[in-house]
Amino acid sequence: MTIETAPAKAEGVDTPTPAVRSTTLLARSLRLWRTRIGAVLGLILVLIAIVGPLVAPHASDEFITKPFSSGAASGTMFGTDYLGYDVLSRFLYGGRSILVIAVISTAIGVTLGVVIGLVAAYARNSLDDVLMRLMDVIMAFPQIMLALVAVSLVGAKNWVIIVAIALTTAPRVARVARGAAQPVVERDFIGATEAMGMSRIRILSGELLPNILGPMMVETTLRLTYSISVISALAFLGLAANPDAPNWGTMIQKNQGALSYQPWGALLPIMAIALLTMSTGLIGDGIARTAAGIDRERGDE
Amino acid sequence: MTTDQLPDLEAASTRDPAAVTVRNLQIETNSGVGVVTDLSFEISAGEVLGVVGESGSGKTTVGLSLLGHARRGLRIAGGTVMLGDQNILGMSDADLRRLRGSLVSYVPQDPASSLNPALRIGVQLREVLEAHGSRNNAENDARIAEMMREVALSDDPAYLKRYPHQLSGGQQQRVGLAMAFANRPRLIVLDEPTTGLDVTTQSTVLATVRDLAVAHDVAALYVTHDLAVVAAVATRVAVMYSGRIVELGPADELFESSAHPYTRRLVGAIPRLTGGRSLVGIPGHAPSPSKRPEGCSFAPRCRLRIDECEVAVPAPVEVKPGHSARCIRAHEVVRVEQAGLGDPVDLPPSETEAPVLTLDNVVAHYGPIEVLHSISLTLEHRECLAIVGESGSGKTTTARAIAGLHHDWTGSIRLGDAELATAARSRSTDVRRQIQYIFQNPYGSLNPRKTVGETVGQPLSVFGIASGREAETRVGEMLEQVSLSAGYARRYPDQLSGGERQRVAIARALISSPSILVCDEVTSALDVSVQAAIVELLGTLQRELGLSMVFVTHNLPLVRSIAQKVAVLADGYIVEYGRTAGMLANPQQEYTRHLISDTPSLETATGDVPATAVPADRKPTV
Repeated sequence: MTIETAPAKAEGVDTPTPAVRSTTLLARSLRLWRTRIGAVLGLILVLIAIVGPLVAPHASDEFITKPFSSGAASGTMFGTDYLGYDVLSRFLYGGRSILVIAVISTAIGVTLGVVIGLVAAYARNSLDDVLMRLMDVIMAFPQIMLALVAVSLVGAKNWVIIVAIALTTAPRVARVARGAAQPVVERDFIGATEAMGMSRIRILSGELLPNILGPMMVETTLRLTYSISVISALAFLGLAANPDAPNWGTMIQKNQGALSYQPWGALLPIMAIALLTMSTGLIGDGIARTAAGIDRERGDE
Repeated sequence: MTTDQLPDLEAASTRDPAAVTVRNLQIETNSGVGVVTDLSFEISAGEVLGVVGESGSGKTTVGLSLLGHARRGLRIAGGTVMLGDQNILGMSDADLRRLRGSLVSYVPQDPASSLNPALRIGVQLREVLEAHGSRNNAENDARIAEMMREVALSDDPAYLKRYPHQLSGGQQQRVGLAMAFANRPRLIVLDEPTTGLDVTTQSTVLATVRDLAVAHDVAALYVTHDLAVVAAVATRVAVMYSGRIVELGPADELFESSAHPYTRRLVGAIPRLTGGRSLVGIPGHAPSPSKRPEGCSFAPRCRLRIDECEVAVPAPVEVKPGHSARCIRAHEVVRVEQAGLGDPVDLPPSETEAPVLTLDNVVAHYGPIEVLHSISLTLEHRECLAIVGESGSGKTTTARAIAGLHHDWTGSIRLGDAELATAARSRSTDVRRQIQYIFQNPYGSLNPRKTVGETVGQPLSVFGIASGREAETRVGEMLEQVSLSAGYARRYPDQLSGGERQRVAIARALISSPSILVCDEVTSALDVSVQAAIVELLGTLQRELGLSMVFVTHNLPLVRSIAQKVAVLADGYIVEYGRTAGMLANPQQEYTRHLISDTPSLETATGDVPATAVPADRKPTV
């Protein structure tokens, strides 16, 4: 060209986008009020469960005065329970076992479920069918019923409860994981790693898993909520490892008779469990909304 | 009713007052950043105005504004859109609802998602009529039958009972056209309605649009990123860049003597059927709305830039009546020979001593269906073999079989002398390293959770080539080689444009020093100027690195500037196979001729297709 005077300024290709991603999904979800409220609630209850036994005014098996006395009559804040023990102390002691069992069993269940879901989604063959139908069979029974069967067969031991809840949690997680992974498996970057000959384990853990973390985090909080309620329900039915040990579920059952005149013994644990499940629910919802927002920003996912 | 001749230009422009007049249209984001600035144009009745622009130029936004609509996050800040004597922008929502679908209608990009999958097409067509008050059933039935005939579909009541998924993409889009023309609108906005359609289908849809607009005196606005499509359908063309019309003029004039450097570069980026010139991409990328420079927004990428360009936004300069460009040097630009752009392609002759890749009698299946029938091809050292065909022709299956991504095939594929296993997993590491595959869609082929550096470095660790510091250095060098900077390694794919993503995919393929590169429609998801840049890059890298390449595409003209050999596939058979230059100039098969004349290109629009390449049934009757 004859009238060419200046070389183009932008010879290279460059975009003015930021070089480093500023925040992660979790951090971003904390910008939402629902997540913050959920996190604060959860933190308070976890603190009660952990620190509670250390600050409790009485031991968990210290007889104060006759059962179902009011606070004023017994000289305690919330009165006494069905055994004549201090309600507040029993409450402060009673969260730990529920939380620990819930967290352990959910963690095992989610891990198992994610592995099964990923394998099934990636297999795309009869293995997928076999795994998922197996999960369907387990899911055909309500979680609480299978847990009841296990506990009544083997006995109300902590590990039995953990295994029962983990095994019943896994299929539900597996189904969600498979659903989330299926569209990812079809995308070309998985094909690219296959063409490279990358090992299956590396494809599942390094390529697939990071792409379903969002829904999995949401699912984990949801499963935690269900685990807490199942464990509380088992305890309510008297199926805790030690029926006389302090436990929010047991407290509700044993103290419900006095709800009309000395309500605190049942009311405190009811509120705690309600708030705890609400907190995990709020956090899960916050993460889900943030993940959806990020996907919208990206536009193409 | 379909003719391949452009409607008479004179007739269109001498018609009475414009059906649609847009004056000083301003559209901005809610935070006040201008997306479309100072836009003015008019469309006469029966005329198709093509609006061309790359992604982000604001062309779809303009299209929607003619319906009085702005996408979420945007608002129409000023200007008028006059339809006859009504200002669309000043209307109430209720008035707009009455207007849309009756006087103004819209054909969206993706027919599959714009039709309701749960309703029979007859019901959907009836809805359009009933929504605007026509409740007489017998009359509506007659209208629907007429509409179907107009878009060359069957008016059989049984056909109207079909659901959208029972129609092909082209048929769906024609139903979309029928709905748009149903109430005899005065203005119709088409937003890339042929994207994703096969060339043959596209060519009939384009002809339908043109004929319907002329037959019913409808003003049509045709939004597209594809200049060649515009050449086939539009009488006048508006080229958009950074939210402004930079050039507006009659289609043929605009292509032959563009007055804006941007148009000139765009035209230069279109693959030519005859020329055999190299494609020249446009360096850099369009600025985002908030970062547009003071003066001419194309100035930073323009080779003809002078200092005045950066002072103020150039006013439109009229180079000929009805042809104007926003460039202060328009009069100089318009005199430069368009043909001078791009160097003649000088593809090195292929070395023929021993083929690097041989396909012998390859038969592939998808489930019980045989999709490839006895495919035999050879790829010589340092040669590029193009595989061309419409969707469903088996071209991608062939490529995937070579890379071991499609497992269900029999026959023999040899790399040098070594037989290849069907699946990539069963092949040796070295074979997998030597054959690298680049995917069609760069939006799907990069893991969104991995940085560019991690993605590009992956082959190094999988093939055990390098790790740690050395791998990092190599990734940096590779990124530079595909014209990105080493700093890109820290970015995530969603921070990149489509062209940049495809460069990353190329870097991933090349970092393990392969000998064969399999490219599957690598440019079809990209803008024309980006496509040119990618093809340019691939060609250069191929020559520099001594690669052999299999280049799969549906775009026959594109092949001209990159491949020595072409195989045309149809329904899983090789229809024609031979040297590129010879085949494009003198195709032996009727199918190839149809493919050439249906692919929109400047030649097909202006009737410059070599006589030998015109299908027998389209020969002009003298």
